Amino acid sequence: MGRTSTFLLSAAAILLAGTMPALSAWQPQKPIEFVATAGPGGGTDNLARAVQNIITKHKLTEQPVVVVNKGGGSGAEGYVYGKASAGDPYKVIFGTSNAWQQPLVSKVAFNYTDLTPIAAMAQDEFLLWVKQDSPFKTAGDYLKAAASGEFKMGGAQSKDTDEVLTRMIEKAGHVKMTYIPFKSGAEAAVQLAGGHLDSHVNNPSESLGQWRGGTQRPLCVFSPKRLPQGAKITATEGWGDVPTCVEQGLDIKQYEQPRTVWLPGKVTPDQAAFYIDLMKKVQATPDWKDYIEKSSQIDTFLTGTEFDNFIKEDLERVRLVAGEQGWLVK
Amino acid sequence: MDNFGELLHGFSIAITVPHLVLMVVGVLLGILVGVLPGLGAPNGVSLLLPLTFGMQPVSAIILLSSMYWGALFGGSVTSILFNIPGEPSSVATTFDGYPMARDGRPTTALATAFGSAAFGALVGVILITFLASWVAQVALAFGPAEYFAVYFLAFASFVGMGGAAPSKTLVALAIGFAIAAIGIDTVSGSVRLTMGVDELVKGVNFVVAVMGLFGIGELLVAVEEEFHARAVSTKIEWREVFRAIGRLPRHSVALLRSAAIGCWMGITPGGPTAASFMSYGIARRFSRRGKYFGAGEVEGIISPETADHAAGTSALLPMLSLGIPGSATAAVMMGGLMIWGLNPGPMLFVDQKDFVWGLIASMYVGNIVAVALVLLTVPVFAALMRIPFVIIAPLIVIICVVGAYSVSNSYLDVVMMLGFGIVGYLFKKLFYPLAPLVLAIVIGDKAEDAFRQSMLMSKGSLGIFFANKLVTCLIVAGITLLLLPLVLQLPRLWRKPASAATGTTAQEKAQETAQETAREKVII
Repeated sequence: MGRTSTFLLSAAAILLAGTMPALSAWQPQKPIEFVATAGPGGGTDNLARAVQNIITKHKLTEQPVVVVNKGGGSGAEGYVYGKASAGDPYKVIFGTSNAWQQPLVSKVAFNYTDLTPIAAMAQDEFLLWVKQDSPFKTAGDYLKAAASGEFKMGGAQSKDTDEVLTRMIEKAGHVKMTYIPFKSGAEAAVQLAGGHLDSHVNNPSESLGQWRGGTQRPLCVFSPKRLPQGAKITATEGWGDVPTCVEQGLDIKQYEQPRTVWLPGKVTPDQAAFYIDLMKKVQATPDWKDYIEKSSQIDTFLTGTEFDNFIKEDLERVRLVAGEQGWLVK
Repeated sequence: MDNFGELLHGFSIAITVPHLVLMVVGVLLGILVGVLPGLGAPNGVSLLLPLTFGMQPVSAIILLSSMYWGALFGGSVTSILFNIPGEPSSVATTFDGYPMARDGRPTTALATAFGSAAFGALVGVILITFLASWVAQVALAFGPAEYFAVYFLAFASFVGMGGAAPSKTLVALAIGFAIAAIGIDTVSGSVRLTMGVDELVKGVNFVVAVMGLFGIGELLVAVEEEFHARAVSTKIEWREVFRAIGRLPRHSVALLRSAAIGCWMGITPGGPTAASFMSYGIARRFSRRGKYFGAGEVEGIISPETADHAAGTSALLPMLSLGIPGSATAAVMMGGLMIWGLNPGPMLFVDQKDFVWGLIASMYVGNIVAVALVLLTVPVFAALMRIPFVIIAPLIVIICVVGAYSVSNSYLDVVMMLGFGIVGYLFKKLFYPLAPLVLAIVIGDKAEDAFRQSMLMSKGSLGIFFANKLVTCLIVAGITLLLLPLVLQLPRLWRKPASAATGTTAQEKAQETAQETAREKVII
C-alpha cells in the first residue's frame, strides 16, 4: 500500500509538473536530437518527423530539433545508442514495443529498463489480410482452409510483433502456419499482391494503398471493437466495416503496436517532465489529428504508471508466446 | 496512346515558373549533397522533407525528385575524382572513371559520365511513361525465389566475367558475405558476428566500407607509389566537355545495352547497384576493348553510369504503383507521400493523375535541367584535380572521416572505415579484386534473405528455383554466365599441352608473366 501510494504520488507529481509551466522547470539549452529506431520512411521515422514538424511549426520549444535515423538491427541500434547516452536529456528515442520485446528474444545489448519511458503516443492496429481474389470471405473460412493446408503468412522481421501475432492465431485457431519474415510490412504486402503468400497481418497504413487498389482486402481486425468509420477506402467499404476477429470466431481480442517515446536512462524527473509536457502539447495540435488520421492510427497517450502497466501486460503476453516457441534468450 | 495525352497534361503542370525554379533549386541542392562527404541522396532528401509539408504534393515531389537527380549526378563526381563512391550504385563508376581522371582526363571522364547518365535516365523515364501498367505487373511476379535469382544473376555476371583469378574472386566474395552477415538477421532475428561489440548490432554500413576500401585504400597505395597526377591542362576545357558528349553516339551499343540492363534491373527488384555492376561486368566481357577495362576506358564509365541512372529512374515506378521503394531515397520519398496524404499503390495512377503525371513530366524536365547544370560545373570540378597531392591527400582523409562519422554519428564507424582502408590497401597489394567484395557487402544480405525465404516457402526444396518459367530462365542465365568463362577457357587448355610440347623459350615465358602482372594491376 505504501509503495503504491508513493508511486501514485510521484506519478501525480510528474503530471502536475507537466501541466504547470513552473518557472523552475527544466528547459533545453541546446539542440534536441530525435532518434528514430527505424530507417527513413518507416512508421517510427514518420512519427519522429511529424512530431519534429509540429514542434517547429508551433514553436513548442526554443531549441531546434533534428531527426537522426538509427534503424540498424531492427531498431536495436537506436536503443543501444539511447542506453549509451545515459544522463543526456537531449536525445529522445522514438520506437515501438520493440523496446521491451526485442531483448526477450535476441541477445541485444539493451533492455527497456535502460531507458526512461516518456509516453506511448499512437497505436497501430493489426488486421488479417488476404489477396483480393482469395475464396475466403470471413476469418472463419480462412481458418477452416488453413486447417487442411499449411498457409504461408508473411510479416515484418522475425520473432517480432507480426510473428507473435501469427503464433497467437495458430493457437487460437488450432492451425499451423509457415511464417516468412521480410524486412518490412510493405514488402509483405507486395508479396501477397503477387500471390506468393496466403496472408499477412499488416497495420492499416501498410496496406491502405493495396486495399484501395483492389489487390488485397482485410478479413478482420484484432481489436475489441470495430475501428472508427472514417472515410470510405474502397467504393463500398471503410475501416469501420471491417469486422473484429472475435466476431468471426478468431478469439484474439486485442493486439496493438504502440509508438513509444523514451529518454536515455539517468535523466532527472524535471527533464522527463519537460518532454512529457512537450508531447502533450504536440498531441493537442490539429496537425497531430491530421497525422493520426492520414496514417490510420489510433490516438492514444499513455504515460507514467499507465504506460508502465501497459508494458508489463504486453511483456506477459509476449513472454508466453516466446516461451512456448522456445525463443527466449537466457 | 492514352498515356501520351496524360503526359502532355503532366508537362503543363511541370513546366510552370514556380516548378522550374523548384527544379533548379532541387538540382543544385542535390549536387551539393552528392558532392559533400557522407551526405548523399537519402539524407539530403530527408533533411528537405519537413520543408515540403506545407507544399502541394506535386511541387513537393518535384523538389525532392530534382534533388535526387542532382545527388545522383553529384555522387559520380567524387567517385571519379577521388575514388570515393558516395552511393553504392556509383562504385562501378570508380573502376574506370578514377583511372581516367588520374590519367589527366578528368573533364572527359566527368562529361562522359554525365552524358551517359542522362541517356540512361531518359530511357528509364520513357519506359515509365509508356509501359507503366505492364511494368507494375512484371514486378508483382517477383517472389523470394525470383528475387534470389536476380541477385544470383548479378553475382554471376560479375564473378564469371571478372578478370581476376577465380579463387581470389571467391575469397573476396566470401569476406564480403561475412561482413554483410554482421548485425541482426532478418530471418531468424538473432544477432550475428558482433564479436562482443554492442554497437555492431546495426551491421556494417556500406558507405563506411567503401570510403575505407576505395578512398583510404587508394590513398595508401598512392602515398607508397609517390603519387603524381599527370599534368592537367590549366585551361578550362569547355570544348572537351562537348567533344566527350559528341563522342557518346559512337558507343551506342554500350549505351543501349546498359540502358536495357538498367531498366530491367530497375523494374525487377535488383536495383541500381546490381544494375551498374552487372552492366560493367557484361561490358568488360563483350567490349572490343574489354581487356583495357580498369585503366580508364570510356565504355567502362558509360556502362555503369547508364545502367545506374536507368535503374534509378525506372525504380521509382514500383514505388508509385506498388508501394515498394527501390532505394533508400525512394523510401524517404514514399514516407513523404504518406505525410502529404497520398498512398502509394495501384490507385495512385487513378486517383492522383495530376500528381503522377506531373511527376513523370518533371522527370523529363528535371533530368534535362540537372544535366545542363552539372555539365556547367564540370570544368570547376575538373580543376580540383590540379590541386597538388599534398593538399588533396589530407582532404580525402577528412572527407572519408567526416563521411563515415555522419552516416550515423558514430565513432565506431570512423574506426571501421580506417580498418577498411587497410583491407583495401592489402587487397590492392595482393591483387585481390575489390569489386566482388563490395558487391557482396551491398547485396549479400538481401540475397541471403531471399534464399532463406524461398527455402521456408518450399520447405527446403531447391525445386522452387525451377518452379516457373521466369525463375528458371533467371537461374539458367546466371549459371550460364558463371560457367561461360570456363567453357571459353577449355579450348585454350587443350592447346596448352601442345604448345608446351613444341617448347617455349624462356624469353617468351618472361614476357607472358610480365603481361600477366600488367593485367593484374589493371584489375581493381
